[in-house]
Amino acid sequence: MADNLPLEVLKPKDFASDQDVRWCPGCGDYAILNQVKKVLAKMGARKEHTVFVAGIGCSSRFPYYVDTYGMHSIHGRAPAFVSGIKIANPDLDVWMVTGDGDGLSIGGNHLLHILRRNINVNIMLFNNEIYGLTKGQYSPTSPEGKKTKSSPMGSIDMPLSPISVAIAAEASFVARAVDVDKDLGDILERAANHRGASFVEIFQDCNIFNHFAFKYATDKDEKEDATIKLEHGKPMVFGKNRDKGLRLTGDHKIEIVELGKGISEDDLLFHDEHDESLAFLLSRLKHPEFPEPLGVFYSVKDDCYEDLLTKQVTVAQESRGVGNLYDLYNSGDTWEVKNPGEGVQAPGLQLED
Amino acid sequence: MTVKSKQEVVNVDKATVRFAGDSGDGMQLAGMRFTDTSAMIGNDIATLPDFPAEIRAPAGTVAGVSGFQVNFASTEIYTPGDEVDALIAMNPAAFKANIRDVRAGGIVIVNESEFTKVNLRKAGYGENDANPLDDEAVAQKYKLYKVPITRLTEESLADSSLGAKDVGRCKNMYALGLIYFLYDRPLDVTVRYLEDYFGKKKKMPEVATANVQALKAGFHFGETAEMFPVRYQVAKAPIEAGTYRRITGNEAAAMGLVTASKKAGKDLIYCTYPITPASDILHYLAAMRNFGVKTFQAEDEIAAVCAAIGVAFAGQLGVTGTSGPGVALKGEAIGLAVMLELPLLVINVQRGGPSTGLPTKAEQSDLFQAMYGRNGDCPMPVLAPQSPADCFDLIIEAVKIALESMCPVMFLSDGYIANGAEPWRIPNPDDIAEFKVTHASDPETFQGYARNDKLARPWAIPGTPGLQHRVGGLEKQHKTGNVNYDPENHQLMTNLRREKVAKIAERIPDLEIEGDATGDVLLLGWGGTYGAITSAKNALRAQGKKVSSAHLRYLNPMPRNVGDVLKGFKHVIVPELNTGQLRTIIRGKYLVDARGLNKVQGKPFLIEEIEQAVNLMLDGKWGDRLYLEPHNHQVRIEDQDLSKYL
Ligand code: SF4
Repeated sequence: MADNLPLEVLKPKDFASDQDVRWCPGCGDYAILNQVKKVLAKMGARKEHTVFVAGIGCSSRFPYYVDTYGMHSIHGRAPAFVSGIKIANPDLDVWMVTGDGDGLSIGGNHLLHILRRNINVNIMLFNNEIYGLTKGQYSPTSPEGKKTKSSPMGSIDMPLSPISVAIAAEASFVARAVDVDKDLGDILERAANHRGASFVEIFQDCNIFNHFAFKYATDKDEKEDATIKLEHGKPMVFGKNRDKGLRLTGDHKIEIVELGKGISEDDLLFHDEHDESLAFLLSRLKHPEFPEPLGVFYSVKDDCYEDLLTKQVTVAQESRGVGNLYDLYNSGDTWEVKNPGEGVQAPGLQLED
Repeated sequence: MTVKSKQEVVNVDKATVRFAGDSGDGMQLAGMRFTDTSAMIGNDIATLPDFPAEIRAPAGTVAGVSGFQVNFASTEIYTPGDEVDALIAMNPAAFKANIRDVRAGGIVIVNESEFTKVNLRKAGYGENDANPLDDEAVAQKYKLYKVPITRLTEESLADSSLGAKDVGRCKNMYALGLIYFLYDRPLDVTVRYLEDYFGKKKKMPEVATANVQALKAGFHFGETAEMFPVRYQVAKAPIEAGTYRRITGNEAAAMGLVTASKKAGKDLIYCTYPITPASDILHYLAAMRNFGVKTFQAEDEIAAVCAAIGVAFAGQLGVTGTSGPGVALKGEAIGLAVMLELPLLVINVQRGGPSTGLPTKAEQSDLFQAMYGRNGDCPMPVLAPQSPADCFDLIIEAVKIALESMCPVMFLSDGYIANGAEPWRIPNPDDIAEFKVTHASDPETFQGYARNDKLARPWAIPGTPGLQHRVGGLEKQHKTGNVNYDPENHQLMTNLRREKVAKIAERIPDLEIEGDATGDVLLLGWGGTYGAITSAKNALRAQGKKVSSAHLRYLNPMPRNVGDVLKGFKHVIVPELNTGQLRTIIRGKYLVDARGLNKVQGKPFLIEEIEQAVNLMLDGKWGDRLYLEPHNHQVRIEDQDLSKYL
């Protein structure tokens, strides 16, 4: 029987669609696409069971390039489409692709709500700190003072931290990775295995309009000092020579310390993925003052919206019985008209003597 | 034994009663109870609730007045009544806001206890404490009855264990009892309701007892006070045999949606954001989880429609409901649904606009928005129910069209239909035809944008092996559905999207003419004006005038015979609660000299207003005027000029 045939083993290239990829040569999006295809293959994802949903922007072309179900929706609203898809069919594996403009500017509202509802989706936010598709305006993550076509004298907008936003929005899985970093695959795999809304900020190089925005995180010479890899239960050590660490001060701030000279690894902060306030503190660390954390900031178990909703249906059907239309129509006060137009007045108040 | 009253009893065909008071006075409840009782003893009924936009406007002010009007009759009726035969005013503000709607010689019962100096001032009755109840003109024009309802309610509940505040709350039942006496109605239906609602459901038996006591006390007061020389009787109406219930448009829409989902074999997922006057649909559906109904209260209007489109993509029935301002926000996403060619139902329970406008008032000014309110050439079917019960039938049709043609459909209800109630002959659910949906399943032949005889594309849902495909808002290549910018292809796809909607005309019923197929005037309407137009047409025909009417439930596409229908009449008048939207479409589409009767006052048409407009036409008084407006319930040629306000 067909049902008993072993499922075909899919390779990363099997997840490529027949469409030509149209990102600029050298764009960080290519590296991410490759990693995602590897993760899909590794996890044994089924094409027909997987849906990619995106908004609008360079990153949002992503669904066209994977041979799964896909929707290239409208600007900023991908989380809302995902919500509808998951409510209608909670069994689907859904990935959402967005960018710093799509997800944090025009669609900021929806991002907050999909995270707090904890809908089971893997969200990848490609952060390139610029508007690429509209050819180079500053975005909500562009640093202050950033000179672009729409900010010739420098941006006066205060940028926001996608990770801080996600934690504040009650996300149950929050991580950060770099487009060209091999850890990206592992983090995406963890995100995909997380039940609930997983949020992964990916530093992505837009080599046309914002090249090298994340050089500090990719350059061989710089990255060991400019980033720190978060590992659950491990002390926070960084630096080319692994001789620096992060320590908590008495007033609950993070400081950089040098190891040795009386400070050992035991004195450092230990990463705890289940600690929300630690995750938030870490989300505030910015280059160049601090090494920027990469890896999983926060991860907790929580119920998913679509499961709770389905459960309400089950509970209602168990306690009240499966609804039938006949009873529905006849609920409330009904009356019978037997002899139309008889013209008989109903009696008034009946009093007992 | 039955009480034998000493009063004279007069039989009337119909009567219109309006309950008016502060929004906390329980007037909606009293009105609804009166309606149910009237329906159950066999009258035809039509109701019009009227509530303030503010949830709790300052007590005692005109802004805080809430009203409920019910028309009950021994004949078939279509509207809540033009003029009020009996007004119950629970305070000076309610008196002030409603007295001008009472016909000369009508009954006015006021709660005298509340006509205090303070309340008169709150209602805006001058600094010199002019009490309208002392006004000779009022006493002459109306049958004025001053009843200290608050005090009498308190006295009748002197033995009650309830606190003063709860006792005060029973005064609506006292007033209702009085009206039951006046119109000779039984109390048992209301007594049963009060015992069920307060006693069993809310577990407050003392409250139930007190309300029943107040109700009976009000009735007895009518009996014994010898205040009312006349009582009225309204006999049963010639209604088709069957089982009936009272239904509002929003209730009917909710039930229709559940029915449609069952008949289509799809889960109903209602994605919405709270907005007046559409929220009740959400409330009804949220309580129907046991029917498999899921409701999603989204973070905003845009998220609501996008989620509904997501539902459709995943293969279930996605519906979003809102009012005009919400549709404005949903415009871009509706355009996406047109492009994706996925089934979607958008409900617009219209209210007064533009902007926030008049949230609780009736208007039909979103027809243009429904037809054209999106970027690009973006056609979608538009259907409009003509009465509360019609919401049930027509919303099923709307869902069917969306599923068959794979497109978004707009269902244009309005606040008047949504909150108004009428008797509904309960159908047998088994008599409603199924329209089960089929999905694409064959990878060999699948093409995302191939089309069937209805020009609908296949609905291939995630989970189906081999049918992986990508959809999006970028223009699609004919058949393959791949992104495509070819000039001829865009022309073709635009034409196909238009033709797909136009083709629906082949499957919808012809426009029916009520009256003769030829004559002097055709009244052409749509939506909630059906009752007033039909009543006006009946009255005019009874006077021997050659007037017919027709009502468009399908506005896009229109039935195929509309052009022929229009040709049969010397004049076409389109009465609308807007400034002439259908009229403009009709003139453009059929090149006929359609004229308008246009009203945007937050109130439905009076029958009389339509009659006057037709009579002016028949008398050749319109001249070149494109439209007339009623003012203060009269349509006069001399009232049409804006310049006197400038
Ligand atoms: S503009 Fe930038 S982000 Fe967009 S495709 Fe080109 S390199 Fe990539």
